[in-house]
Amino acid sequence: MKIRIKFSKQGPVRFIGHLDVMRYFQKVMRRAGVDIRYSEGFSPHQIMSFASPLSVGLTSNGEYMDIEVNSTGSSAEMIKKINDTNVEGIKVLSYRLLLDTAKNAMSQVAAADYCVRVKDEYSSEISPDFPQNFFNFCKNEKIEIIKTTKKGERTVNLSPFIYEVKMPEPDTVFLKLSSGSTVNVKPEQLLTAFFSEKQIEYRPYVFQVEREELYADEDPEGQHRFVPLKEYGQDITDN
Amino acid sequence: MRKLALSDEILLNVQQPARYIGGEVNSVMKDPEKVDIRFAMCFPDVYEIGMSHLGIQILYDMFNRRDDVYCERVYSPWTDLDQIMRERKIPLFSIETQMPVRNFDFLGITLQYEMCYTNILQILDLSCIPLHSEERTWEDPIVIGGGPCTYNPEPIAPFFDLFYIGEGEVVYDELLDRYKEAKKQGKSRQEFLEAAAEIPGIYVPAFYDVNYKEDGTIASMVPVNSHAPAVIARQLVGDMTGACYPERPVVPFIRATQDRVVLEIMRGCIRGCRFCQAGMVYRPVRERSADELKRLAYAMLKNTGHEEISLSSLSSSDYTHLEEIVNFLIDEFDGKGVNVSLPSLRIDAFSLDVMSKVQDVKKSSLTFAPEAGSQRLRNVVNKGLTEEDILSGSAEAFRGGWNRVKLYFMLGLPTETVQDMEGIAELSEKVAEVYYDTVPKEERHGKVQVTASTSFFVPKPFTPFQWARMCTKEEFLERAAIVNRKMKEMLNKKSLRYNWHEADVTVLEGVLARGDRRVSAVIEEAYRNGALYDAWSEHFDNNIWMNAFETCGVNPDFYTVRERGLNEIFPWDFIDSGISKEFLKREWENAVNEVVTPNCRARCSGCGVRKYGSGVCFEGEDRQ
Repeated sequence: MKIRIKFSKQGPVRFIGHLDVMRYFQKVMRRAGVDIRYSEGFSPHQIMSFASPLSVGLTSNGEYMDIEVNSTGSSAEMIKKINDTNVEGIKVLSYRLLLDTAKNAMSQVAAADYCVRVKDEYSSEISPDFPQNFFNFCKNEKIEIIKTTKKGERTVNLSPFIYEVKMPEPDTVFLKLSSGSTVNVKPEQLLTAFFSEKQIEYRPYVFQVEREELYADEDPEGQHRFVPLKEYGQDITDN
Repeated sequence: MRKLALSDEILLNVQQPARYIGGEVNSVMKDPEKVDIRFAMCFPDVYEIGMSHLGIQILYDMFNRRDDVYCERVYSPWTDLDQIMRERKIPLFSIETQMPVRNFDFLGITLQYEMCYTNILQILDLSCIPLHSEERTWEDPIVIGGGPCTYNPEPIAPFFDLFYIGEGEVVYDELLDRYKEAKKQGKSRQEFLEAAAEIPGIYVPAFYDVNYKEDGTIASMVPVNSHAPAVIARQLVGDMTGACYPERPVVPFIRATQDRVVLEIMRGCIRGCRFCQAGMVYRPVRERSADELKRLAYAMLKNTGHEEISLSSLSSSDYTHLEEIVNFLIDEFDGKGVNVSLPSLRIDAFSLDVMSKVQDVKKSSLTFAPEAGSQRLRNVVNKGLTEEDILSGSAEAFRGGWNRVKLYFMLGLPTETVQDMEGIAELSEKVAEVYYDTVPKEERHGKVQVTASTSFFVPKPFTPFQWARMCTKEEFLERAAIVNRKMKEMLNKKSLRYNWHEADVTVLEGVLARGDRRVSAVIEEAYRNGALYDAWSEHFDNNIWMNAFETCGVNPDFYTVRERGLNEIFPWDFIDSGISKEFLKREWENAVNEVVTPNCRARCSGCGVRKYGSGVCFEGEDRQ
């Protein structure tokens, strides 16, 4: 059985890197007694894959991983079991059954929502107009960055990969960005471009970037129809 | 959410910020306002090393079982953070509550190897605690040291208020109770230290005067405070099965050196290798019961979620119920997502059988520790392993599919000759030959690979070699060159590899291991000039140390290349380790005469630890 788990990562654990989060969850599965499937072979490992790595320092309300289990309790029961052994800051939000034919989360990811805010303790290090200025910047039709690849440098326009920009609060810039294996835009790239245009030093620690959700795209060639990854699973009820 | 001591700016600019944030699974959270005693337990090295240490996990668990005590952890900040903390005057903090170490009642520092001594000063310095005991007040924590290096605490004596000599499980409760009482009664720091000095096993260095002879050796060491005993008795646990053991060890987020459940199957060793301090000072052998270990294995795997379990002891093959416990681990856990990692076992039919079950034979290697290249020298060091053991064990392993062998040796052992050194190459060659003789051509998976590694011998206190002369750096390197040359002459030289250890750091370790109080000035001077993380070869700077010896007028050769007289008073002679000096002298003579001493189970050699009334000394007897 394939299971899709959504979890949040908040507080000090934002300093735990992606590989360590993976190791962390392997131990969580054992502590919680999840009947997870193991691969065959001499050193069996848990069948577990993460949708998208989260950079150190970012918080999130929308992380995903898929696992395979031999047996399972109800969603409510499993969420409780797992959260009972989770540390402060990591919390499972949903635990849903996927169809056996479902694509894994990693290959589905097409877009991600982010919120960018200035941390209270660093508000003096930046102009109070930053949210508005950054919002305006992200609205530009041409946001060029230089990408360094093996073949040399090339200029990329990020603008077409910014699907939505808004300010839900006066202190927050919301971004829906192309994500995943095709084109992966990170908020840090936009911040870097913003400060380089303004010719001000970019200090990453000033900003709290939070990932809010990950989406698949049901209409990639056309108008885009973004569906949160958890919608591909169904809650498991008792009986 | 917990508030962190370091800002995001700092945490995002240092390597591995997870070293400093705490919040790990099973870390203990208490309200510091609601306890009487706050204990900061420190391993003076980087987090990943410190988190791998079993002793701290045991004490952390033991202290936190008390409602009136809150024990937190402290590690050495890595060099990048160290620099930032100095520049910005950020005080060193505990992992759990992220609060300054200086506000704690105790700072306990475990002393696992000599090369961490400058890190002790780093910890004190960053905590804003005066480096010397004599400069501290009630505003500072009581600084207490424990662990193997306390068997000669003298080179670091001025930096500590107390040392705990022996196994931590025994008298800490009493020490904490006396502290509480002293605080309640408004006693002075000095009065508390006096009360502590009366507890068996607690050593208060400030209460002793050391007098030296003209030749630099010790004339006398005498207590100068009426509360301080002349001799400090090593403390040990009588019955291991009743001893507390952490069923919920802390699980780090980042990969620690030991990222697994560790079961301590026994303490002590019956073998009596003459170079081995642990084999002497942890006597007598005391085993944990197999049933207790089985229960702990379940509980600890469940509570940590670790994917690996391992056994810990000085010589696991000598554990009475080894087969039972190993078979249990394999039957219960192997193939169920938990790897069983075997400790180094004596190579025989049993160990090869279990190894083939839990390891990929093609990828794993076989390890022998002959320690010396010739039978003569193995007799000198009392290492019972024979050439026949090694060759027949190798043959059996080669038939089982292994083709990699590691051999560990020491260079610079007492009485060592060129023949002994060349014996290292010859033994390696014989192992390679066994492969080609045993495994038919068509069944070979490539060449056999024999890797010989040599470390340089450092004489340690409370071993029969405590009187021995140590080699100079040049002598060590010369000996390594002799081995290397011989290796190249061997017929199967293409199958042989040879590595040797750094010589500079070994010589320094020798000074710190058998040094006296005068060496403390050198440690402080080296620290002031930038020595830190000396156990890390990329950070060790021998020049700093050599300059410090010169500045302080201390001659390192006095502590290393001098053979000590049988009547010399050693800096550590005030400790009663349980092992009698007569036994050590006898063993020193036996070594020189190449006489082997049987292990504790074969025959009692009267080392002195029978007086503790426990362990292997009473096996098969009805204890009253």
